[in-house]
Amino acid sequence: MSDALIKHKTTPPGPLEYLRRWPLQVWLGLVAFFLYAPLISLMVFSFNDSRFTTVWRGFTLKYYDKAFHNSSLIEAFGNSLTIAFFSTLISVVLGAMAAIVLWRFRFPGKTAFNAGLAIPIVVPEICMGVGMLVFFAKILPWPQNLTWPFNLGAIIIAHVSFSFPFVAVVVRARLASFNRELEEAAKDLGASEFRTLMDVLVPHIQPSLVAGALLAFTLSLDDFVITFFTAGPDTVTFPVKVYSMVRFSVTPEVNAASTILIIVTVVLTFLALKFQGSSALTAGHDGGAETK
Amino acid sequence: MEQGWRQAKGMFWAMLTAPLFWLVVFFFVPLGIVWLYSFGENRGLIDIVFTGTWSNYAHIFDLTQPYLDIFVKSLWIATLTTFFCLVLGFPVALAITFAPPKAKAWLLLLVMLPFWTNLLIRTYALMAFLRTEGYINTTYHVLFDMANAVAGGHLGTFQPMELMNTNFAVVLGLVFVNLPFMILPLYSTLDRMDRSLLEASLDLGAGHISTLFNIVVPMAGAGIVSGILITFIPALGSYLTPDMLGGPDSQMIANVIESQFKRANNWPFGAALSFILVYMTFIGIAIQGLLERKDAGRSA
Repeated sequence: MSDALIKHKTTPPGPLEYLRRWPLQVWLGLVAFFLYAPLISLMVFSFNDSRFTTVWRGFTLKYYDKAFHNSSLIEAFGNSLTIAFFSTLISVVLGAMAAIVLWRFRFPGKTAFNAGLAIPIVVPEICMGVGMLVFFAKILPWPQNLTWPFNLGAIIIAHVSFSFPFVAVVVRARLASFNRELEEAAKDLGASEFRTLMDVLVPHIQPSLVAGALLAFTLSLDDFVITFFTAGPDTVTFPVKVYSMVRFSVTPEVNAASTILIIVTVVLTFLALKFQGSSALTAGHDGGAETK
Repeated sequence: MEQGWRQAKGMFWAMLTAPLFWLVVFFFVPLGIVWLYSFGENRGLIDIVFTGTWSNYAHIFDLTQPYLDIFVKSLWIATLTTFFCLVLGFPVALAITFAPPKAKAWLLLLVMLPFWTNLLIRTYALMAFLRTEGYINTTYHVLFDMANAVAGGHLGTFQPMELMNTNFAVVLGLVFVNLPFMILPLYSTLDRMDRSLLEASLDLGAGHISTLFNIVVPMAGAGIVSGILITFIPALGSYLTPDMLGGPDSQMIANVIESQFKRANNWPFGAALSFILVYMTFIGIAIQGLLERKDAGRSA
């Protein structure tokens, strides 16, 4: 790496150093602008002291104050966090179990189970949303007026259904680098199946459990479509609330609330980066390429 | 080496039962009911009976109805979105792949941050740009006034561009939202590629463009297809973007599905529309599977 640094100062770009060619740098700059300009301007204008114009009229925090005093917005935010918390907890356990079964055992129907787990990942959200709507209308009507957090049960179930297969993918990628002989050694030394699992396998996959948890948490916080079809009138989540607020107008209050959520996301991402390195970021999207 | 399940039955069942139960009961049962409904009919206000009819599917292809048009339009929008994501994303993936480790981590972060950000917020952020009084039109207005001053007022009065509630806005929004989904699978395939082949090609005098088409594309074919699918399928089924950025004539399939379930109350027809999307997803997966098998066969 230090080699590369020295070279960087002295030599022209090597044949494959695409990052050091100006057309690509310009391209990257444009893509970054495209991806970030809307988000950054949203955040900047949440501090703008004006309701209607897109012109800067001075700094204010009043829309944050307003957002914090909007009790239905706060309630929706609380619901979202609660749902994400429970959904993540269940998803990590289920996803890890599914990954371990698929990695460890040969069994009839394995291919089918493997393919079945991939379907929630690829099927368009709207189809799953419709499925949940029908399921909770006809098969398992979720009782109204339950106490918190049980009133959120239907949404939590729906979120687990689309999150845990992602966790399984992440954990499985990590399992690929596990040395099975370690497990056998533990058993030879007299550890039970359960002890081996908890003391040998789980510590090895722990980074992927954290990465999977962060992914499940974000997926849950992010989801609009499936929640929109599952939620009742008294179980509004943050995205559903924001949707109803922005349907017809752009308000600085929504900017303020969104900014808070973006910051939460950025902090979570940096935490993932700090604990896991960049493999946590691309979890589930690189097929485990970073594990080498 | 994998273990036969009989060798550790207790462990096997302990690990399998919960995820299998959840997958079947809370995913396949709901989808299965929708599938049955797609062959059903409304009876009375709330009852739906399974009659094995194909009329819901026939209704989609009934030319006196707008649904086939909407379907074709959705395919077209999703295709455009995928195309722009590929064109925009491929050079980015290439740059990330061959970047030094430190820059690579930062670039990946740059791509991933929007992916981790809420979809609704991203779409909303775009609205501020596209509105009639949005940033683009405000900038355009300033530039127009300047140009008009130079031209001595011959340009006439300022007309804001209609950007919101158009098909253009929908495609732009979908590209904005789906670009990270395209870049990441592309990057992961390119990263696993054997670099010496690229170097050989360049050493032997091929240009970068011809190396791209003769070496990279054939080698990374399966990854490119998977990037295309990962972008195309969600784009085809997208609900939020056309709903928020589109106009009355930019409805996509998902918007029709929503209105059938939530307003028109024609669940069997909505179910048939949803399953058209599911069938297309399966076709996509099958194509990818075939290509991957071909790839594996060639390298073996």
